[in-house]
Amino acid sequence: MNWGSWALSSLVATLALSTLMALSQGLGLTRMNLHFMVGTILTANRDRARLYGFLLHLVNGWLVSLLYVFIFETRHYVSCWFGTLLGLAHALFFLTVITSLLPTLHPRMATERHGPNSYRQLEPPGFMALNYGYQTPLWVFVSHAAFGAIIGALYRLQ
Amino acid sequence: MVPDHEIVRQFSCTSGELELEFELVPRPRYGSVVPAIRNFGNLGWRIDAGRGVCWIRSSIPLRFKDGVAHACAHMRAGESAAFSLSYTENAPAVLPPLDQVPHRIETCVGWWTRWVSQMRYDGEFKEEVIRSALALKLMTFAPSGAIIAAPTTSLPEKIGGGLNWDYRYCWLRDASMTIRAMIELGYWQEASAFLDWMLHATRLTQPELHILYTVFGNRAPREWKSGLRGYRGSSPVRIGNAARDQLQLDVYGEVIDAAAQYAFHGGNLDLAMQKALAGFGDYVLGHWQLPDEGIWEPRTGRTHHTHSRLLCWTSLDRLLTLHAQGKLRGINVDQYKKQRDLIGDQIRRRGWNEKMQSYVSELDGDKLDSSLLLLSWYGFEKPDSQRMRSTYAALRNRLATRKGLLYRSESLPPEGTFAICSFWEAEYLALGGGTISQTRDLLQTLATYQNDLGLYGEEISEETGEALGNFPQAFTHVGLIGAVLSLDQRQKGEQQLAHRRESANAGQSHPTAA
Repeated sequence: MNWGSWALSSLVATLALSTLMALSQGLGLTRMNLHFMVGTILTANRDRARLYGFLLHLVNGWLVSLLYVFIFETRHYVSCWFGTLLGLAHALFFLTVITSLLPTLHPRMATERHGPNSYRQLEPPGFMALNYGYQTPLWVFVSHAAFGAIIGALYRLQ
Repeated sequence: MVPDHEIVRQFSCTSGELELEFELVPRPRYGSVVPAIRNFGNLGWRIDAGRGVCWIRSSIPLRFKDGVAHACAHMRAGESAAFSLSYTENAPAVLPPLDQVPHRIETCVGWWTRWVSQMRYDGEFKEEVIRSALALKLMTFAPSGAIIAAPTTSLPEKIGGGLNWDYRYCWLRDASMTIRAMIELGYWQEASAFLDWMLHATRLTQPELHILYTVFGNRAPREWKSGLRGYRGSSPVRIGNAARDQLQLDVYGEVIDAAAQYAFHGGNLDLAMQKALAGFGDYVLGHWQLPDEGIWEPRTGRTHHTHSRLLCWTSLDRLLTLHAQGKLRGINVDQYKKQRDLIGDQIRRRGWNEKMQSYVSELDGDKLDSSLLLLSWYGFEKPDSQRMRSTYAALRNRLATRKGLLYRSESLPPEGTFAICSFWEAEYLALGGGTISQTRDLLQTLATYQNDLGLYGEEISEETGEALGNFPQAFTHVGLIGAVLSLDQRQKGEQQLAHRRESANAGQSHPTAA
């Protein structure tokens, strides 16, 4: 495995994903704020949550990209298009499996079944994260496709 | 965690029984949209509102029908009900549980109580000043420090008439008196934030200033008429404000005077601020002779207003004072002095009507308006000078009502009396135009026109005493605080409006021009 290539490609890809998601929030297309959601795992403070979330998401990007790189290496093939396909699969997994597990996994997220309590107060994403806006799935697909495409384009096989 | 924005309501039945009925009719975009509403069970009801969402949560069952939320309950002594309406637009919503509402109300009240306890004024009109300071603080946009003129649009200046304007913007005109009120009440942080906002918001257009800005520092939107019926049939309901395209030269004096007060009280004018102020001064040098729309923003065209000249004079005078104190560099002192004296001479010659024995609204004119009371506020005329005394007498004669309130101008269409003009009158009396007892009497009279929460609108109906115009009005409350502070300083024998002391002396040193 090419560690240097992995570190660089996943850093650029994660920053691109963050930028695209932030852009979509700024344009009012979705309320999915990954940094805020990840950061509130650690703190209830809004401002600090965004910073912690950004750093944690960066680390998460590196870890998840290990799986991408593992697939590239085992198949001895890497390309922008292959990366994009993996990114779309990643987005689908996130929207269906992760979002449904989030209210259970996230210590500050409320559930529709029990409602908010003194600790769990964050609005849950719902199916396909549609609670955060009907365009949310589209932007999750777009940003994760970009994530995969960048790793696919930048990673060099060992 | 706390939501981005939230309104909570708690109803408690303290004795007996009561029927509680709750209704919420969400209609975003000025009533043009019936939003999509969805029940999320224990999370509450979600209302889609443009870019964001509202969540409504209730401790008693809530029903939605035709876009209207209803809840009713029969409550007995000791029972209570809580409601929460929150709004968010750039992140997942935070939905605090309703059982925390009493605690959060307590925390909120504690914060405001501590804020009020920092106030330095402790005189006879303390309650009125507290309510006014609270109104100003509540009209402050915390992230930027901007203070809006009023939180409403198109509450009418004449019931059933068309004098309906959108005041949900920040007028630079309010700067000087607002900074003075905040600083002298002890709210240095708020004054500093407001000044920072003002110089930051205007950066893109400097040295030219617009009349009004949004709380984000953008130019106010173009004016358009909504289809709403209006308060008591007073239409149109306007969105945006056409004054944004006007030329009002007095705003330069207001902004510069605000900075001068800030510096006089110990604030530091950094190099960027100094550069901006010098730019404003240079702009005034090149434009003070132009006609403008003036302080009352009539939509009938431009003319040469005495008040605008006064503030141009103030601009140059304050910058010269700041320079003399070593707080400002980069101005052409000789040119500033020459032009200041030219403006002063023009006000004394053409702003004064010999036949009427009064200063007048427009150069070479014969109409009056209450902004002439500010000639002494800005230090141009001593309040007890013969000219100011006879101008005051003329104003009382032409613009005062039987109940002692003042209209703002003879040249404007019929409307209510203008609340801040009466506070300017009280301050004029406090500054030396009258006695302490005259000032107190007037302030006590004006206190009878506040509502049960101590709030004032822009105007007061002469017939009914009810508030007219947008409500509550920051400028009116700034006027109240200013008048009370000047009265307090006079009672204590302290220097009043000390930042322009030298200017007042300078004004006295040109009697030949009169």
